[in-house]
Amino acid sequence: MASLTKRLPILEKLSAKREANDYINPYLAGLLLGLVLFTAFFVTGSGLGASGGLNRLLVVVQDAIAPAHVDRTPYLLAMAGGDRNPLDSWVVFMTVGTIAGGFVAGWLNGRSRFETIKGPRITNQTRWLLAFIGGAFMGYGARMARGCTSGQALSGGAVLSVGSWAFMFAVFAGAYALAAVMRKVWN
Amino acid sequence: MAPFPLPLEQILGHWGSYVIYLVIGFAFGYVLEIAGFGNSTKLAAQFYFKEMTVLKVMFTAIIVAMVLVFGAAAVGLLDYNLIYVNPTYLWPGIVGGLLMGVGFIVGGFCPGTSLVSAATGKIDGIFFVLGVFFGIFLFGETVSLFEGFWNSSFMGRFTLMDWLGLPTGVIVVGIVLMALVMFFGAELAEKYIGGMDLKKAPRWRFGAAGGLLMVGVVVLLIGQPTTADRWARIEREQGTALENREVQIHPGELLDYIHNDSVRVIMLDVRAEVDYNLFHIHTAQHVADVHALIPSLHLEPENTLFVVMSNGETAATEAWKVLVAEAVPNAYILEGGINHWIEVYGEGAFPAVGNPGDDALAYNFDAALGARHPAAEPLPENFNVVYTPRVEFEFKRGPASGGCG
Repeated sequence: MASLTKRLPILEKLSAKREANDYINPYLAGLLLGLVLFTAFFVTGSGLGASGGLNRLLVVVQDAIAPAHVDRTPYLLAMAGGDRNPLDSWVVFMTVGTIAGGFVAGWLNGRSRFETIKGPRITNQTRWLLAFIGGAFMGYGARMARGCTSGQALSGGAVLSVGSWAFMFAVFAGAYALAAVMRKVWN
Repeated sequence: MAPFPLPLEQILGHWGSYVIYLVIGFAFGYVLEIAGFGNSTKLAAQFYFKEMTVLKVMFTAIIVAMVLVFGAAAVGLLDYNLIYVNPTYLWPGIVGGLLMGVGFIVGGFCPGTSLVSAATGKIDGIFFVLGVFFGIFLFGETVSLFEGFWNSSFMGRFTLMDWLGLPTGVIVVGIVLMALVMFFGAELAEKYIGGMDLKKAPRWRFGAAGGLLMVGVVVLLIGQPTTADRWARIEREQGTALENREVQIHPGELLDYIHNDSVRVIMLDVRAEVDYNLFHIHTAQHVADVHALIPSLHLEPENTLFVVMSNGETAATEAWKVLVAEAVPNAYILEGGINHWIEVYGEGAFPAVGNPGDDALAYNFDAALGARHPAAEPLPENFNVVYTPRVEFEFKRGPASGGCG
């Protein structure tokens, strides 16, 4: 095995337990992200998205457990009512792609490992609990705003939607407003 | 017609087109990860002005994509009408945004970045994704309690250009400048609050900023194509269709589509209001300015047939050119206009005018009937009308929903 990894550098790269690479420069990352976003608009006519795909993955589960409930709730009905397939949407495929892309990038750069990233003053358990609560706020807010940071702020912002810009400033305002309270968690 | 965006479903098939989204999603996730967005402390540092990665990445991405989108539109490669612009629901957007801001600082991610974090094995990221699922679930169960609010302050496709009444190029340059000022402020914060050494930051960023600004200025100078420019680009192809009378549909074909439940017919009556009030086809809407209607027409579903009509064909043809130039799909002209319709379905109820002018009403009316006459909504089975069908439905380009639908 060791000789094999020496002969094939890609395998050496893939075998974990090594120094993680540095993240790339933020402006370079922004440039690349902008190119991805432009390509999405240019080829498909739509931008990027994440929360819509998560929503539909969840509805699959809901439809399997309580199909009658899905058929009676207008919001769910639109995605999975009757024999409608909630996975039959481009955003689901984009979400799957996002997960795969993140996984590959983390793996190639030696950053894929089970760990908890947190501020120095809290325990893992506190971090997990806060992550869950924050995620719940995020999920609820994203559906209320009809989009998340990717689908609304990034995509709608680039094509100059008024609502997306208002939304973007609201996200930053909400986070900055509560930042002082959460100082101990992150610093 | 601008070649992009592509009609993916037509090229690759329904499920085949999803491969493109899979690839774009992969690139998206990859870039998020190498930017450091899978790391919650890096994201949260933004809100303590220590490390402004979030702001830098986001706004660089926005201005790069924006300049390229409007640059491609300016040179006629891309049709901005077919680009999905998130519709504005102002207050639900702001309240949702505030909730998300809270979620961001408490949980350390947004939905997209949490996926990347979870994919690289970060346990906090996995808990966050579970939380997102729970929040979405909760929303689905509670949205009926405040449905009114959720659908309030709807402004449709409402852009910064519409809001400020400025040309697109001015907004593009303005946003680039705003972003550059924010980057400057962000770097000052990193220097004085985060204690970073700015001398280590790459020097190419100044060149890149200047380059982006220059492209923005070029976009401003070229300007976005007007309806006339758009028509000029397609005139050869569409002018032939017009001359060969491929886009003029017989009243009988229109009536059959009105009674076809699987097709939605939108009739745009572009005559003077007085003629419209004298007589019009049932459910036809009077349109004074077709341009103003274009954004809403793009929101109609794929199975919509648009039919423009005047007394004859002259005014209708001009309106049709606007629709086609602005990339409204499935647009047709009522052949011979309202005069032809009355000839076919009027059953001699109205006396003919001796010598009507071009595109003038060829029948006399004693009263303003509007649509209150059997000829305004005839039953197809009462008439034996023979026509050559002209309508061919085309695939709609660009998805009807954004990334969060």
